[in-house]
Amino acid sequence: MNLTELWHRMGSPRWFYQMSGPWGTGFATLAVVLLVVGTMWGLAFAPADYQQGNSFRIIYIHVPTAILAQSVYMMLGVAGFIFLVWRMKLADMLLQVMVPFGMGVTALALFSGAVWGRPTWGAWWVWGDPRILSMLLLLFLYFGLYALRAAIPRAEAAARACALLALVGLINIPIIKYSVEWWQTLHQGVTFTLTEKPKMPIQMWAPLLVNVIGIYCLFAANVIIRLRGEVLRRESGTAWVQEVVATHDQARRGHSGDSGAMA
Amino acid sequence: MFRAQLIREWRASVRSRDEILNPLVFLFLSIMLFALGLGGEAHALSRWSPGVLWALVLLTNLLSLEGLFRRDFDDGTLEQMVLLAEPAFVPVVAKILVQWCFSGALIALLTPVLGLVLNMPMTAWPVVMATLAIGTPALSMLGAIGAALTVGLRRGGVLLALLILPFYVPVLIFGVTAASDAMAGLGVNAQIFALAGISMLAVTAAPFAVVAAVRISLEQA
Repeated sequence: MNLTELWHRMGSPRWFYQMSGPWGTGFATLAVVLLVVGTMWGLAFAPADYQQGNSFRIIYIHVPTAILAQSVYMMLGVAGFIFLVWRMKLADMLLQVMVPFGMGVTALALFSGAVWGRPTWGAWWVWGDPRILSMLLLLFLYFGLYALRAAIPRAEAAARACALLALVGLINIPIIKYSVEWWQTLHQGVTFTLTEKPKMPIQMWAPLLVNVIGIYCLFAANVIIRLRGEVLRRESGTAWVQEVVATHDQARRGHSGDSGAMA
Repeated sequence: MFRAQLIREWRASVRSRDEILNPLVFLFLSIMLFALGLGGEAHALSRWSPGVLWALVLLTNLLSLEGLFRRDFDDGTLEQMVLLAEPAFVPVVAKILVQWCFSGALIALLTPVLGLVLNMPMTAWPVVMATLAIGTPALSMLGAIGAALTVGLRRGGVLLALLILPFYVPVLIFGVTAASDAMAGLGVNAQIFALAGISMLAVTAAPFAVVAAVRISLEQA
């Protein structure tokens, strides 16, 4: 199969639905294993920081959610671009199902940051810090996308409007990235990237790496499962979806007939 | 073509005086609320004036943007404009330019009045006027994207604020720090360059997004 063909297939909701059955559960299992291992390792076994003591351990929640908060928005922008250029229906569905997850991790990153800020800086919330501010703005951008889709009654117009807004919002990502250099204040520099050798000792960053990969798996599982639902909802008029539903119903009926409890 | 469009928009704006005046009255009314809220103390008001001024300028601009496409959208003129014009952003840019003349530029010209009302030291006025003049084009341009996206919706006002205010924040930050640095007697070159950069980026890139947004709204009508 050449690349163009693969590209066209990927745009087909039906192909996605038929292929992705095992992916969701696969990623979900992986996510649970990685997050449990990473969090336990980080909270209980990693060495304490020589300055911050045990309070630094919230890094194992804060950094993964903060990374996801930014990269999910970047993916939104890419999905919006793909939808505007190639009108790929799946890209719009992806855009729609990624927004709530992005909103959730952004809120979690802000919350864990506040909890971490209290013992380290002595304040829950510091308005002067650029990265807190950009994170908060990111939360509002997610909310804007969510509200815009809810406000436009026609699905096709809502899809294009959201794609455009996601693309425009992508301007905010460089501001987040470079804000540390623009308005240097309290926030420590970026502690962790996947591409450079970290400054922390390996005992500290290994669990962090596990958690980062784990939360990406959680994201993938969440998006795939919700995307499958969205595909069924939007394509509900087509023959293949009705077929899927019919076989599912049959299977369930057969199952409940056996056990007699589900009816 | 651009000139004809500009003249049309200018006339339309001048003839609907309330659309220019209402946001300005809102601006002064809200300044009064702040003055009352801060206890009427001249010193307190002066200290917070950069922040109060810029935050209110953002909101005032948003108010005047809400009507940017409304009338032409409702009577179908906008559709004809975007269909006929080549390139399509000519009428759109003319509209935004006129909107800016009666919001951002007008507010910049009113700086002395605002400075007096807000008790700003006179030495800061030139900087405030310059930053208002340089920063507000970005507000009009970015806001027009939101105005175009929400023009077809029945209750677009709150949504417009929700969508656009996050994009206004960099302008607010540089504008406020410029005004307060000027009041403290510090140099403000950095902020002015940053504002100019943001405005130039917005002026060059935003029209394409505005036209795309107008098309989306027209399609759904």
